[in-house]
Amino acid sequence: MADVSFSVARGEVFGFLGPNGAGKTTTVRILGTLIAPTAGSAVVAGLPLSPANAAEIRQRISIMPEAPGLYRRLTVTENLDYFARLYGLPQREQRINQALAAVGLADRAHDLTGSLSKGLRQRAALARTLLNDPEVMFLDEPTSGLDPVAAHEVHGLIASLRDRGVTVFLTTHRLDEAERLCDRVAIMNTHLRTIGRPDDLRRALFSRSLAVITAAPLAQPGQVFTGQPAVQAWQAVDGSDTGPAGYLVTVSDPAQAAPAVTRALVAAGADVLSITESRHTLEDVYLELVEDTEGRTR
Amino acid sequence: MSMSATRIGAVIRKELAEFSRNRFILTTTAIFPIVFLVSPTAQILSIKASELSTVLQKRVETGLFLPLLIPVFVPAILSAYAVVGEREQGTLEPVLTTPVTGLHFLLGKAAAIFVPAIGISYLMFGIFVAITQFAAAPAVATAVLHAPQLPAALVFVPLLAAWAIWVGLAISARATDTRVAQQLSILGSLPPVAVTALMSFDVIPPTFTVAVALAGGLLVIDGLACFVVAQAFDRERLITGTKPTTEQHYRVRGAS
Repeated sequence: MADVSFSVARGEVFGFLGPNGAGKTTTVRILGTLIAPTAGSAVVAGLPLSPANAAEIRQRISIMPEAPGLYRRLTVTENLDYFARLYGLPQREQRINQALAAVGLADRAHDLTGSLSKGLRQRAALARTLLNDPEVMFLDEPTSGLDPVAAHEVHGLIASLRDRGVTVFLTTHRLDEAERLCDRVAIMNTHLRTIGRPDDLRRALFSRSLAVITAAPLAQPGQVFTGQPAVQAWQAVDGSDTGPAGYLVTVSDPAQAAPAVTRALVAAGADVLSITESRHTLEDVYLELVEDTEGRTR
Repeated sequence: MSMSATRIGAVIRKELAEFSRNRFILTTTAIFPIVFLVSPTAQILSIKASELSTVLQKRVETGLFLPLLIPVFVPAILSAYAVVGEREQGTLEPVLTTPVTGLHFLLGKAAAIFVPAIGISYLMFGIFVAITQFAAAPAVATAVLHAPQLPAALVFVPLLAAWAIWVGLAISARATDTRVAQQLSILGSLPPVAVTALMSFDVIPPTFTVAVALAGGLLVIDGLACFVVAQAFDRERLITGTKPTTEQHYRVRGAS
């Protein structure tokens, strides 16, 4: 790992994306004072990363590793009580109850964690990370191996953390998850490839375009699209000589181009089936950057 | 209660709760004491009162040595599991993300093993002595009660247990497999037993001075072992399984 430089604002949900072996977990472990960097510096929860500050940093943050790491022969409450004591927290019972309520696990407090489903174990692990009321929370693949319903529940919990003002550092493979939850994302592949808001990354990497579908091919599409406000280029994408036809119109500003293109189509007598902004997903951004790094061609 | 005591106490509570619900641990801690109680008891009870006093003495000495293996084998097995077992379960990393220091973590683990190991050992010695007093021939019972090895054994029980615990924890912190750790831990815990055996069998005369000197030596070695194990307990090595590559690594001792 090299050339990794970023800052995360208080209360931000920050996504850290990258393929296997990119250094995501290593970064979390370094910032969590579990392993030492070979070079460089960092400030975590307001403290410079150093052996002297390690214990204080650990007091101010919490880390949820990929595996929940719960003691299966202990109940949920016993697990949380152990960690509350390790953090040296006062009013342990109250904090445990609050953490369990936050993850919706109060009714399973006295169940052995070994008897819980994977999704519930993940929730218990999330409750554990809430105990010390952390300033920064590192979540390493929190929905790994969960079914869609359980993953959706965890997403809801992460969103609620943002509402509580907790800074969340989320490493994930799931790009839909990052897109839905993160204010900003960084894409990493042994070094930092890019960082920014998902929308900004899309704009930076991909031109914006309108996808136009008409009931039949336009007689003279060049005359329809060329010269319209904010339209930069156009191309026919699919369709036959008789059936519906598709056009991809590259634009600088969809809000300005869409009404003008619509009017031009109507004026040309076209039956318009749809005009939509063609959106690139975060996955497109990710693939563009990671595959480019790995030397593949798209 | 100070923060240190709270954290050490937390580890002790958690360990004891886990031990009490772990069938493997319960079986292991039951088998060795039973074997090392039944065997010497049967041996003592088989001694006839008519046997020559020197033969009687030798057999009593042998009988008193075997229970000394309880405070060695039980802690060796438990301590070998203590760290590598958590690594295998995936529970170690979350613990290392908390402010707990390595010394507190290890002291908690050690105490949670030490207390039941000592308790079981003394209980077994008590049962052994009680059975011999009630069931053995009067001359044999008297020989057991007055053997100089008996008080020496009682003194050596905690010292041997402490050694076995620190050796086991040191191995457990470096091992990647529980079974290998347990085998190495048993091997590593044997050297002080050899010295004790030499005393039990009169190769080293079991005088008060010798016993005190050996006990003092073992106490110092136990203290050093605690220090060395705490120093070598390194978060990075435990998490990644590799040696830290920089000088700035996060030892889990002291305040760091």
